[in-house]
Amino acid sequence: MSDMSTVLILVDALDGKVSSAVGELATFGKRIGEVVAVVAANDGAGVAAQLSSFAIDRAIICTGADFASHSIAPIAEALAAAVAKESPTAVLITSTARGKEIAARLAVRTNSGLLTDAVDIDADAIATQSVFGGSTTVHSAVNHGTSIVTLRSNSVEVQSGSGPATTEVLAVAISDSAKKSSVTSLEATVKGGRPELTEASVVVSGGRGTNGDFAPVEAFADSMGAAVGASRAATDAGWYPHSHQVGQTGKTVSPSLYVACGISGAIQHRAGMQTSKMIVAINKDPEAPIFELADYGVVGDLFAVLPQATTAINARK
Amino acid sequence: MAGGVLDRASVDAVLNDLDEYAVEEALRIVEAHSPTGESGEASGHTITLISMGPDRATDAIRKALSMGADDAIHICDDAFAGSDALATSLVLAEVIKKNGYDLIICGTESTDARMSVVPAMLAERLGYAQMTFAGSVTVDPATSSIAISRVTEIGIEKMTAALPAVVSVVEKINEPRYPSFKGIMAAKKKTITSMALADTGLAAEAVGAKAAWSSVKDALPRPPRGAGIKVEDTGNGGSALVEFLAEKRLV
Repeated sequence: MSDMSTVLILVDALDGKVSSAVGELATFGKRIGEVVAVVAANDGAGVAAQLSSFAIDRAIICTGADFASHSIAPIAEALAAAVAKESPTAVLITSTARGKEIAARLAVRTNSGLLTDAVDIDADAIATQSVFGGSTTVHSAVNHGTSIVTLRSNSVEVQSGSGPATTEVLAVAISDSAKKSSVTSLEATVKGGRPELTEASVVVSGGRGTNGDFAPVEAFADSMGAAVGASRAATDAGWYPHSHQVGQTGKTVSPSLYVACGISGAIQHRAGMQTSKMIVAINKDPEAPIFELADYGVVGDLFAVLPQATTAINARK
Repeated sequence: MAGGVLDRASVDAVLNDLDEYAVEEALRIVEAHSPTGESGEASGHTITLISMGPDRATDAIRKALSMGADDAIHICDDAFAGSDALATSLVLAEVIKKNGYDLIICGTESTDARMSVVPAMLAERLGYAQMTFAGSVTVDPATSSIAISRVTEIGIEKMTAALPAVVSVVEKINEPRYPSFKGIMAAKKKTITSMALADTGLAAEAVGAKAAWSSVKDALPRPPRGAGIKVEDTGNGGSALVEFLAEKRLV
């Protein structure tokens, strides 16, 4: 790409806090060109102030709507205004449910192609996606308008930088149409101190082998600062909430480390976790298919192995 | 409905993949406000299924009609084959605009391309309120308004809007009913209107694979994972695991 390329990255901080996912977008963006962070949040200045450690060249703070009160549409319009101003090569957005919907509306507004759930993007804005439950890797490119790409978090190590050299305010005329939905309350997910499943760099999951007792799984997860996942067998049995299900009909995760405890490794589960960078399996059954995927497998009882591992980790702190 | 705002064609379900949760939710909304407890002209509310898909989608449409929807539009043309989410939303929006509905209900994602973006695109194209990822839906015909609980990774957002709106419902929002024998017999008499490219008023270049705004450069099977280490726990399996993680700088 030429020196003239500009990449917009969306800084969406509903709770006013910038997550490391923004740092990942900046890291990817740097490969393509100049990185411009677009802040669309109620406390724009407060959010922009948190960008100082990322590889971002400039920042644009959008004003014109109560972003927190109208959900997706005003953010898409603000981004579209930034696209009109900057004519970027690409717009990068974090691949959450919210991020994908913002990207969807932006693609319509700017007559641009859209690629979602990418795990990598190169200097020519060719995105890597993992499809068919992680069994196939696809390289795709947008060939109309601006390349709008959503990227899953935990896909790249955040490259540090000196933050935006300049920050400007862009007053956007947000349409009445974009304010049709009103958010009357937000009940944030009770995280219990644990990271969100799809954003966590470490995920510890329990399955049938827990027999409904997730205490050792949770204790180990907490010692690792990990999110807790569950197999379909465990959620269908009512042992753990459905929102934590990892698999084909649940969430897809791709953490640095995935620890499967008492999970046999059915196709349904593998589809949700097999792109994890490192996989550890703990299972009593030496023939469990999960061991085919595992970089490190322990044939043993999770009720013995996990508490010992938890103690060992806590001792290292 | 007495004093109801929804006195014309009222509720509509767009079914990418004939989502039964969306059909069931439409039925529940109409039944809650119908004097007869049923959908149909007499109640002032009707449910139209809109499906964009190949010929074989007819069976799924019949099934949804047997659940209780009133009629269906089947958008079917070879020209639509290979449409991406942008083209699909364009076609659906054109059909919806032609007929005019108060409420569009979709499944959250089609099972073939789990992008979850078509409902948001539809809302953008139609200028309707976007009420997506609904874990519960309440419609008030008296005030022509809708309230949902939006369920995403950040938590649960309570949202309100005036109709018309595009809703997508999450899996497990309800327990879809099985069609009754009466419903199955009644469905045989219900109208399925076919729409081809020419009926949508769209140009052939705007839809199908040739209109896709992204293209696949290559697709490769993921390389198999290398053989890992497998140890048997003889009493120190937990400690050995932590040593391995420390070696890999994961703790």
